[in-house]
Amino acid sequence: MKIMPCPLNGPRNIQEFTCGGEVVMPPDPDRADAAAWADHLFLHDNAAGIVREWWYHVPTSFWFIADRDTVTDEIVRTFHPRELFGVDERSDQP
Amino acid sequence: MPLGLLKYGLRPRRPPDRFLPPRPELKRAYDTVIIGGGGHGLAAAYYLATEHGITDVAVLDKGYLGGGNTGRNTAIVRANYLTEEGVQFYAESLDLWRGLSNELDFNLQYTERGHLTLAHADSAIRTMRWRAEVNKHFGVDSELIFPDEIARLAPGLDLSSDVRHPVLAALYHPPGATARHDAVVWAYAARAAERGVELHSDTEVTGIQVESGRVTGVETSRGPIQCNRVLQAVAGQSSLVAAMAGFRLPIHTVPLQACVSLPLKPWLDPIVVSGSLHVYIWQSARGEVVIGGATDPYALYANRSTLEFAEGTLLPVLELFPFLANVKMLRQWAGMCDMTPDFSPVMGVTPVENLYIDAGWGTWGFKATPVCGKRMAELIATGRTPDLLEPFRLSRFAEFEQVGEKGAASVGH
Repeated sequence: MKIMPCPLNGPRNIQEFTCGGEVVMPPDPDRADAAAWADHLFLHDNAAGIVREWWYHVPTSFWFIADRDTVTDEIVRTFHPRELFGVDERSDQP
Repeated sequence: MPLGLLKYGLRPRRPPDRFLPPRPELKRAYDTVIIGGGGHGLAAAYYLATEHGITDVAVLDKGYLGGGNTGRNTAIVRANYLTEEGVQFYAESLDLWRGLSNELDFNLQYTERGHLTLAHADSAIRTMRWRAEVNKHFGVDSELIFPDEIARLAPGLDLSSDVRHPVLAALYHPPGATARHDAVVWAYAARAAERGVELHSDTEVTGIQVESGRVTGVETSRGPIQCNRVLQAVAGQSSLVAAMAGFRLPIHTVPLQACVSLPLKPWLDPIVVSGSLHVYIWQSARGEVVIGGATDPYALYANRSTLEFAEGTLLPVLELFPFLANVKMLRQWAGMCDMTPDFSPVMGVTPVENLYIDAGWGTWGFKATPVCGKRMAELIATGRTPDLLEPFRLSRFAEFEQVGEKGAASVGH
């Protein structure tokens, strides 16, 4: 069993989680053309090494961020998204 | 060749024939370099040599020939896809498979055993009917069948109604087949080498040289090579090789695992697939039960096996074939798959001139080996994208013209 250290729930079986893909910023909706959107939606670095990903704990509906090595499958670090995006006042998440 | 056999028998000494030539010295320049010595790359080399007279070709592989997904797939060949583009493409592959053992003079153990995709819900029956009608429209033999006929084709399959997912119907595809996947590599490699293609295993490509938008060579672990044209056919590593040439792909690399059991007496002819239960199963000529399932739940560049796969895949197998409960598993392995968002491959030209790509083969690449090799060779030789490959071009994503084949993927992913 592989363990995911969840910032909200502590260490849990990784089967409780869904990977939401790499953390990438969407293009500016006022300026982006179709090519920029296609690039954002479909093309990926798909890097071999440490990547920063969204992960979701399904039973508690909690999204967080993990730095994970895609070669060794080692989870280097997990943290609350507010570390990257600041505090969201509307969020009822801790 | 009885005469050759007779001469061989009368010879005073009988040294074994070397099946593949020893690895030659790497030249400084080739006309065409193929990155990836799997089935697809070797097939492309073979058809370049036989159909287009291009023999100044080097096939490079960082490991051994066929050590990637060609030797890791579960060897199933079928054409019962969902889209008209997909069905026509795989139908040509079936035609090529049927004559391939003769053409390559090598027994590929190509065995048409029939392919059953089980439907456990009304919505699944609708998709099977849809696939059957699209298939028949393009001359591919497929039909929707019901439990009475399924029982005849797949003895031991639990068709009772008091199970979690009762079998309601199946898409039956009689030409569904299996082949010995290693033999496909060896045969294409040997026949290409006979015509002058050079096979370079243990030769890792570390860079791709591009000058003013055009490929001019590759750097390898054994020194640089100049070349006019490059084909990359490196399932699982496609994004990394594309990055060497400076472009990105619509691909995530995700492991797919499979396993086989100890040999049993022959009992099962067809390949049995359940998309809802995420498993497929067939019995090899050796009697081993070959079992595959869905891809791993997240991206990874590793061929490791997991207990989660064994548990999650074998339990549904027991729902289909309860009598397998006491059968021991023999081995489990994984391959790294190029997963695309529309479950279709990526073939054709790239943003770099004279660099061609054969990628995005996800969990469905083995069956396409002959047609992909043949049509990619045509593209490399003529510079024109064959009609059959056009729908699968890399630029389809930027043009929002995906070819959605998820409904015909063997199992849900």
